[in-house]
Amino acid sequence: MPTILFYLFAILMIAGGICVVVMKNPVSSAMGMIGSFIGLAALLIGLNAYFVGTLQVLVYAGAIMVLFIFIIMLLDLKKEEGKEYGGSSVAASIIIPIIFILIMIPVLSAVNKDFTKLDGHALNAAAEKLDKNIPADSHIRKALTGSSDGSKNVDPNKATLPDVNLIGQKLFTEYNFPLQIVGVLLLVATIGCVTLSKKLHGDATDPDEDQRMAKTLAKSTDIPKVTITANAESSDKKA
Amino acid sequence: MATASLTEYLFFSGLLFAIGLAGVILRRNIIVIFMCLEMMLAAASLTLVAFSRQRIVDGLPDYDGQMLVFFIITVAAAEVAVGLAIIVALYRARKTISTDDLTSLKN
Repeated sequence: MPTILFYLFAILMIAGGICVVVMKNPVSSAMGMIGSFIGLAALLIGLNAYFVGTLQVLVYAGAIMVLFIFIIMLLDLKKEEGKEYGGSSVAASIIIPIIFILIMIPVLSAVNKDFTKLDGHALNAAAEKLDKNIPADSHIRKALTGSSDGSKNVDPNKATLPDVNLIGQKLFTEYNFPLQIVGVLLLVATIGCVTLSKKLHGDATDPDEDQRMAKTLAKSTDIPKVTITANAESSDKKA
Repeated sequence: MATASLTEYLFFSGLLFAIGLAGVILRRNIIVIFMCLEMMLAAASLTLVAFSRQRIVDGLPDYDGQMLVFFIITVAAAEVAVGLAIIVALYRARKTISTDDLTSLKN
């Protein structure tokens, strides 16, 4: 990624992050968060991680932020706005991150490397070292060699990084068991959400509501019973 | 064409993490605290992807780092769903989501 684009998206990411912390209105915070995630996704794409960058936009900026904004709108939070922050919490929120940045300085000065270039020749060379189990006509080989049949005729100008295919290949072989565990985790989270948002028996928001609901239910079950018996009688007469 | 180095990526992800940490300490609204937590997770993901791109295995980026990011995103989605359900249940019971008023576990 060219340096100017890197700085553009990095500043978008940091500015969005500052918006989240500084804005009083939670909706503005959520909007800043979306900007921050879009900048972050652009940085990930600049690192040749196209799949993870796309996932970042779809899951974080799409699904998770919609959920956040939905909950912010559901709970009326206007009255929380006017509060002032105490001096000690402001001081702690400035000093602790600064200490964190200071700890980071020796790490960053020890790491001083440029990224290896992933150009066409490097991708052609990588195709040679691929796992033997990957068949010759697979999309991974075709993309890495840049040829239509995935074998001898390498073309550095047409070679691309088959990011999604490589991740998928790894996900369903090496990481197959963790993937199934994550499936169970999502199921448990779904059940947990349903259980948490179910109305509790001791919930005293409207005590009459249960009785009214019981009456409506009783009426609605009465009507079909009558029709069913009438139908049964008429069919008996016919018989 | 000049490209950004690993150090720059690590610096900006550390900065985003520090901003998220400041938000968790400073803010009183539990939803904004939750958003700042998500931001810290995303900053950690950026670090993982930067290291995955830097470490070349057999001529390709080391995809183990990106697998970890994949699982982080999945767990974060599950966590947000459960966390927001807890916040809604809390708001129903207490009519507030400010951490100043939620001190029943103190003392």
